[in-house]
Amino acid sequence: MDVVQSTPRIIPDPEERSGLRAWLPYPSTEPCSDPVPHIRAKNLSIAYQGHQALRNVTLEIHRGCITALVGPSGCGKTSFLTSLNRLTDLIPGCQVSGNLHMHELDVLAPTTDVLQLRRTVGMIFQKPTVFPFSIRKNLELPLREHGTYDRTLLASAMEKVLQQVGLWDEVKDRLDHPAQALSGGQQQRLCLARALVLAPDVLLLDEPCSALDPLSSGIVEDLIVTLRGYVTVIIVTHNLAQARRIGDHIAFFWSCDGVGQLIEYDTAQAIFETPAHELTAAYISGARG
Amino acid sequence: MISSLNNISSRSKGDFLLSWSVRLLALMAGGLLLLVVSFLIHESWPALRDIGLARFFHDPDWSPIDESYRLTAMIWGTLLATAGAILLSAPLGILSAIFCHFYAPPLLSRGYRRMVELLAGIPSVVFGFWGLVVLVPIIGRWHPPGTSLLAGILILTLMIIPTIMLVAHASIAHVPIAYIHSASALGFSRGSLIWHVVIPTTKVGLFTGILLGLARALGETMAVLMVCGNVVQTPSHLFDPIRTLTANIALEMSYALADHRAALFVSGLLLMGLVVLIVSLAEGLRHRNFHVPAK
Amino acid sequence: MSRQNRYLQESGTTAIIWIAATLVAVPFFCLMGDLLWNGLNHLSFSFVFSAPQNAGREGGIGPILISTLFILGVCMGVALPMGLGTALFLAEYTRHDHVPGRLIRGSLDVLAGVPSIVFGLFGNALFCQTFGLGFSILSGGLTLACMVLPILIRTVEESFRAISNEQRLSAAALGLSKPTTIRTILFPAAMPGLLVGVILGLGRAIAETAALIFTSGYVDRMPESLMDSGRSLAVHIYDLAMNVAGGNPHAYATALILVSLLFIINFSSSRMAARWMSFNQLPA
Repeated sequence: MDVVQSTPRIIPDPEERSGLRAWLPYPSTEPCSDPVPHIRAKNLSIAYQGHQALRNVTLEIHRGCITALVGPSGCGKTSFLTSLNRLTDLIPGCQVSGNLHMHELDVLAPTTDVLQLRRTVGMIFQKPTVFPFSIRKNLELPLREHGTYDRTLLASAMEKVLQQVGLWDEVKDRLDHPAQALSGGQQQRLCLARALVLAPDVLLLDEPCSALDPLSSGIVEDLIVTLRGYVTVIIVTHNLAQARRIGDHIAFFWSCDGVGQLIEYDTAQAIFETPAHELTAAYISGARG
Repeated sequence: MISSLNNISSRSKGDFLLSWSVRLLALMAGGLLLLVVSFLIHESWPALRDIGLARFFHDPDWSPIDESYRLTAMIWGTLLATAGAILLSAPLGILSAIFCHFYAPPLLSRGYRRMVELLAGIPSVVFGFWGLVVLVPIIGRWHPPGTSLLAGILILTLMIIPTIMLVAHASIAHVPIAYIHSASALGFSRGSLIWHVVIPTTKVGLFTGILLGLARALGETMAVLMVCGNVVQTPSHLFDPIRTLTANIALEMSYALADHRAALFVSGLLLMGLVVLIVSLAEGLRHRNFHVPAK
Repeated sequence: MSRQNRYLQESGTTAIIWIAATLVAVPFFCLMGDLLWNGLNHLSFSFVFSAPQNAGREGGIGPILISTLFILGVCMGVALPMGLGTALFLAEYTRHDHVPGRLIRGSLDVLAGVPSIVFGLFGNALFCQTFGLGFSILSGGLTLACMVLPILIRTVEESFRAISNEQRLSAAALGLSKPTTIRTILFPAAMPGLLVGVILGLGRAIAETAALIFTSGYVDRMPESLMDSGRSLAVHIYDLAMNVAGGNPHAYATALILVSLLFIINFSSSRMAARWMSFNQLPA
């Protein structure tokens, strides 16, 4: 049974696609077709204050794919995600070891320009984290920080991303209103727009739908799907059905003796239909976790 | 909490500048206490060297012109005024906090709390002034001259009630509502709920409030200066005029020279030591109090 | 315990508590009533703006208000940048549980408890004598700056800490640098707290007498520069009450002005603190 195909999605029409193409860094390719992996992690381990949270993760993530990280709470999915844009640096006592490459870039090298890395790797959190100022300023701030000051450029970028996330019609008349006045789902879409406005290669999503009501959750999920082929999406989710609907690849994490490990990594079809590991099989059938 | 070290690439010039100027300012602010203490020691050193600590207690009396530096009367004045004020204000402050939480109707409770906050905001010089023109004549009619230990105690009491009451109020507000519910479910009356549940669970907070009030009373200058009469003598009863250590400094600092000035700094140092001790104790307790998880 | 005993005990407790509450309230209302009654009698437009004459028995408090303003200005001009910088360091540049932060915080806690008269001694020794500033508005303002620094830093630090970590994380995830994050996101969010801190500091400074008597001095003329001695409102009340026979009426009026200023200050700070709380608790 192929659930992925049976779920209705908002597929951008050709015109929207061309708009997107102009904005996003890579042309739409057939997802997962690039033979060179986009992100390569090798023996990646993460420890907090000496306590190991994730051990020896090795996986390769392909360009334009949606990779879903699934597994029970506390198995290191979010830790893995935050190491990809070195947000782990901000967590006191957090140590990341192993190899992590994004194309040629050695993510973990001390010489890596973290600000530049984070510009190209966007991230969305579980709770919408709009800044306490206007919608316009929320979108302009990251652009200005990275050197775009031209007003017309700022305005056009803002309009494009807001259209991309389907907020334009809802907020075009109140761009100067406080962003915190938006509903939860709108805020999350604004966060998505804010990340996309920097034209990232990679988008990290940490359970982006779990704090939203089902309707908003559906909208955000559909948005994520529209990014397939343009941006490499890595999404942490507790929702197996969601992982199945949107994921091209699934990475299944499990916590063994309190230490998170990658149990199985494969295409969504393989994971859901012919899981290789008994833990995976048990988890997806709902028997454990 | 997010920390600094290399959490965001610190190669930008702006970050370098900001982080170092912030460090410098923090160093200055943190060093201020050291500066205060070292200046007090530096200024009082001549007295400690030439006069010696023992003479502050064994000289015949306080008479700097005759190089006689006995502080005992002032120390007694300070201690008695403070002790009296604490004895009165501790029960009044705690009881009025209980009043606010359990007895007053909601509207009155809010107004009452606001009133105490206002009371806390009245400057000491105004308390002193009011004490001087209203309280002292009343006491004087009863037992002249009026400026007395009693006047000092009463004014100090009024001044530290807000401190004690507000701290007590805050710690009573921290009593887990489940305690109160379960006590009520056991059929406790309001009185026994307070005596057997609220006071035992908040005693650390109440004590902290008393300590803070104590520190405030010890360090208070203007009010006691204005109502206590400032006669250097060890009081034998409540109606005797007294002089506190703080008032002594305020009165004589403007003309004190050499050893006399240094002797005043010694009393300042003494006062500071005492107050610092009490405040640190209170801070320690406060931390313990609020970090104990409710079981 | 018999029912009757219990009833007696209960009503006894109630009575004691009501009596205690009344005992606290009565002096407060006496004080306020007295201040209002006697103060309003002498309060007038010209009192506020004219110069004191005959040692303050006549005339007004114009120059004293100006001196007070100057002293407060110096105090905040110094305390604000230092307080802001230190609070930033404590909240954003060091970990809460690490040694430098704990040392600084501890020393500030102690400093907050130091009696004002001791600050007066210190200010006299450091600013008036060592720095050679003499009895001046500058000395007084600097002394008060040392006094209000702890309360200012604590409030500002708290307001930085009240900002949720998600804001910092999402700023970092967008590649915003630390100075940008502080300037554009943290600072505006901490602004109300900063204001509360400034107002609390002003309240403490304006009420201060003991630390000013021998730092900024007694002179009641209009100050011409920051190096002039200037008398603050609180010192004026003290002087009128203690050293000037027949100074009480004007002391009342000045006290009424001082207390009203403080009430305005306290009221606005508590209002702002309340708004700030609700601001931070807005659903994300």
